[in-house]
Amino acid sequence: MKSSVITFPGSNCDRDMDVALKKFGFKNKMVWHADAELPKSDLVILPGGFSYGDYLRCGSMASKSKIMQSVINFANSGGMVMGICNGFQILVETGLVPGVLLRNKYLEFICKNVFVKINDKKNKYFKNVDNEILEFHIAHNEGNYFCTNDQLKEIEDNNQIAINYCDENGKIEDQFNPNGSIKNIAGIFNKEKNVLGMMPHPERMIDTSLSGEDGSLFFKNLINNLK
Amino acid sequence: MKISVIITLKKDVLDPQGKVIHQTLDGMGFEDVNEVRQGKYFEIDTKETDNDKAKAKVEEMCKKLLANLVIENYKIIDPK
Amino acid sequence: MIVNEKVAVDHGLKKDEYAKICELLNRTPNITELGIFSAMWNEHCSYKSSRLHLKKLPTKGKKVIQGPGENAGVIDIEDNDAIVFKIESHNHPSFIEPYQGAATGVGGIMRDVFTMGARPIANLNSIHFGSPQHKKTKNLLRGVVHGIGGYGNCMGVPTIAGQTSFDSSYNGNILVNAMTLGLVKKDKIFYSKAAGLNKPVIYVGSKTGRDGIHGASMASASFDEKIEEKKPTVQVGDPFTEKLLLEACLELMAGDSIIAIQDMGAAGLTSSSIEMASKGNLGIEINLNKVPCREAKMTPYEIMLSESQERMLIVLENGKEEHAKKIFDKWNLDFAVIGRTTKSRKIELYFDEEKVADIPVDTLVENSPMYDRKWKKAKLPKKNKIKKEDLKHLKIIDVLKKILANPNVCSKEWIWQQYDHTVMGDTIQKPGGDAGVIRVHGTDKAVAASVDSSAFYCWAHPLTGGKQVVCESFRNLISVGAKPVAITNCLNFGSPENEENMGEFVECVEGIGEASKYLKFPVVSGNVSFYNQTMDEGIKPTPVIGGVGLIMNYKNMITMEFKEVDNLVLVIGKTEGHIDQSLFARNILNKKNGPPPEVNLFNEKNNGETLLKLTDNNLIKSAHDVSLGGIISAVAKMCIKGKKGISIKKPKYLINEIEYLFAEDQGRYIIEISKKDFKKVTDILNKNAVHFDELGTITENELYINEKTKVRIDELSTYNKSWLMNYMSK
Repeated sequence: MKSSVITFPGSNCDRDMDVALKKFGFKNKMVWHADAELPKSDLVILPGGFSYGDYLRCGSMASKSKIMQSVINFANSGGMVMGICNGFQILVETGLVPGVLLRNKYLEFICKNVFVKINDKKNKYFKNVDNEILEFHIAHNEGNYFCTNDQLKEIEDNNQIAINYCDENGKIEDQFNPNGSIKNIAGIFNKEKNVLGMMPHPERMIDTSLSGEDGSLFFKNLINNLK
Repeated sequence: MKISVIITLKKDVLDPQGKVIHQTLDGMGFEDVNEVRQGKYFEIDTKETDNDKAKAKVEEMCKKLLANLVIENYKIIDPK
Repeated sequence: MIVNEKVAVDHGLKKDEYAKICELLNRTPNITELGIFSAMWNEHCSYKSSRLHLKKLPTKGKKVIQGPGENAGVIDIEDNDAIVFKIESHNHPSFIEPYQGAATGVGGIMRDVFTMGARPIANLNSIHFGSPQHKKTKNLLRGVVHGIGGYGNCMGVPTIAGQTSFDSSYNGNILVNAMTLGLVKKDKIFYSKAAGLNKPVIYVGSKTGRDGIHGASMASASFDEKIEEKKPTVQVGDPFTEKLLLEACLELMAGDSIIAIQDMGAAGLTSSSIEMASKGNLGIEINLNKVPCREAKMTPYEIMLSESQERMLIVLENGKEEHAKKIFDKWNLDFAVIGRTTKSRKIELYFDEEKVADIPVDTLVENSPMYDRKWKKAKLPKKNKIKKEDLKHLKIIDVLKKILANPNVCSKEWIWQQYDHTVMGDTIQKPGGDAGVIRVHGTDKAVAASVDSSAFYCWAHPLTGGKQVVCESFRNLISVGAKPVAITNCLNFGSPENEENMGEFVECVEGIGEASKYLKFPVVSGNVSFYNQTMDEGIKPTPVIGGVGLIMNYKNMITMEFKEVDNLVLVIGKTEGHIDQSLFARNILNKKNGPPPEVNLFNEKNNGETLLKLTDNNLIKSAHDVSLGGIISAVAKMCIKGKKGISIKKPKYLINEIEYLFAEDQGRYIIEISKKDFKKVTDILNKNAVHFDELGTITENELYINEKTKVRIDELSTYNKSWLMNYMSK
């Protein structure tokens, strides 16, 4: 399976993602934001970080970079595109997934493990994942998902919510919401579910010596689903 | 009454955000831009009905909270 | 502007220093030259009050590749890998503008590290604030934490450990010390020594603005009421540009274009150009019209003294300009050839076709003043007599709860959760333990780092305090299973012109030197920050030690949380019951005087090395050093982190139970071992003549001493975790 990780000026989880993808069998290429052509890929990843310093609005300027037109075309033709953290912020700025990401409710950067509950498994990202609940890691300042009521209705009607913040038993309640997201949303799909944006970093959970191993589950399953 | 406040960075203070926005605009083809400085805009709805008093209150807010006078200036926009 | 004695004094120079400048130049300097002298001769750049004493520190060792004198120290961690590290203060700027002050402090230290060719892989910080009740403390703390996070998080470098303390002596002068570790190949280390004639001198990074003009002089002036006037000198950090600068520099360093490189930190273009010339025994000629400026009409004086951040000065090989420019263009950074190296051994500056400065490099560096300041030796205070009646009414559990909720002991989760501590995917021990640990990417090795200080001990007796901080750092590294390699120090003190403060400095340095020599734990880099005071009152002497250790196989790393019920808990090292200067004495008995605990270097070394033997044999399940709050506080934290309990036996030997549990004797650790290993462990301890006590057995969820003295661990956890959260949310 071939993957491409886009590096924007200020991306800082690009290497971590490269390490994770290779560990689970992807042939990964790093792609520079100023390139126009996307290499042939089965999966394109917009990694975490602070593209353009998070200035103006997180992800806003990266969404205008040269490579993004190719990424948008790729996504619109059904290609798999995943945005993690800042990558999620870039995705919402392109309009590939609905909504916006606001500053965290308590106005502080937050770096810790959280639990998320998988809401929908009829997609290539989460199909065949045995667990309902995954322990993931978040590290962000602007992960507070927001959308209008109309958008929310549409998202729910199409079952576009990918994962919700919850406790270890899967309870989705306000107290387990780290950043104030509507409905505890941690990740969403586009309508066709080939584009996924999520705040948690599975690439930081690929080793028992790190924050945990649930990222390994995610990637192993993902490469199998793409085969 | 609603009073507006604009906060800008002082002239000599580096504005990293403005600088990068400028570069991006450049890259998008807006090549005539000389400089971009980013600021903040506030709308404050107050119960105060006296124009001067309200302005004085907002000025105090600027000094104490809204602006960081070490690096920022504020401008109160007259409600009239 | 006409230069005279008054102008010189306004620049922070002393009258005799100004006379010496005139004598060295054999004329009156112009204003640009005066500015350059004032920047180079101030305390921050010249170390004029400290140099004499710093010479006494041991700086060499088998593993030391580069000691003090470069941008940062470098140690060998085998297989052609090396670690570059340093700690630096940004105290005064952080007090004036906490967010930007702390942010630019973090940015500056990271630049010091990647200037040497190393990719930063971990940040640490040691921050000290006034009393929690002081009206400024909360905002300063919030601003500093946001600033450190804002910069480090954006750079994508994990913040893996830190230290936070509160004391009223910092009310008017907080401390913000930032440390960075970087990883480099041993044969790709870059230095700041210029070499070769007529080599192009390159300016890269951000443009020069009027930021921080005379920041370096500010760092050497104590705070008084005029502080408000000094405000416009605040620099603004731009972590995004620094991230680009990092990537661009590392890209250029992969080739062979660079002869020397130096970041523009304190005193900007002045100190960077002069240091490169001085180390290379060369001259440098600069055309100031070529320096990229952010604002119109900047004068030579302003250009030379600007402290705009995120800039570097490079001496390139001839003919590599185009290649280098291409890289910096790719990363959208300014690039300009601004001068060349000369054989004149002078700094020659041109502006609008006129020569605006002409100074022999030696006069700025080698002839800079060095003072043997007067200092007062501290006496060892008399021991307090603690009466049995004073202890009788105390309930152990109540005291423990108070100590766990003490601002200097409580959990700092509110702080470190705001720092990205997991980016780069190699953080194997997160903040909240004895030391942070990161894997050396792609290898089995790991590096441990910790920052420590003990201002109360140093204040009570500087010599002992100095020794103690080094030992504490040593212990913290051993507690995570790392072999201590070397240290960096940030020496925060009051005014060197005050005999008592100067004495604190001299004796702390002596103590640091003695301990690091004995423990073979040399000092490879550091920074001195004097004039930490408000009005005439100095801060408590606060030398901060950043220790670095090596773990050859990261799977052997040790963490502090209790692991398994029924395992045994031992106290390593002897408890004599030293109460003076302990948290217990100061906060429970309200006795602020008395000597700090004695430091026995033989025991420190022997106990530590013996624990490493246990580690090598995989016999330690968890470990934690005993520090503030004594044995019971250490054990309680191991219980809290492991969500386990402990059943404590009464100590066998005859000292009072309270003294046993709360004393702060040095050289001690708590370790957890498996029952089946008891004989193996005690054999090793006995063979090495290491004293140990059997403290108890791990249980489910209760700290138990007897039926009347017990408490649930989750209750202790709440006491430990809630103080800072509550304080910051009020």
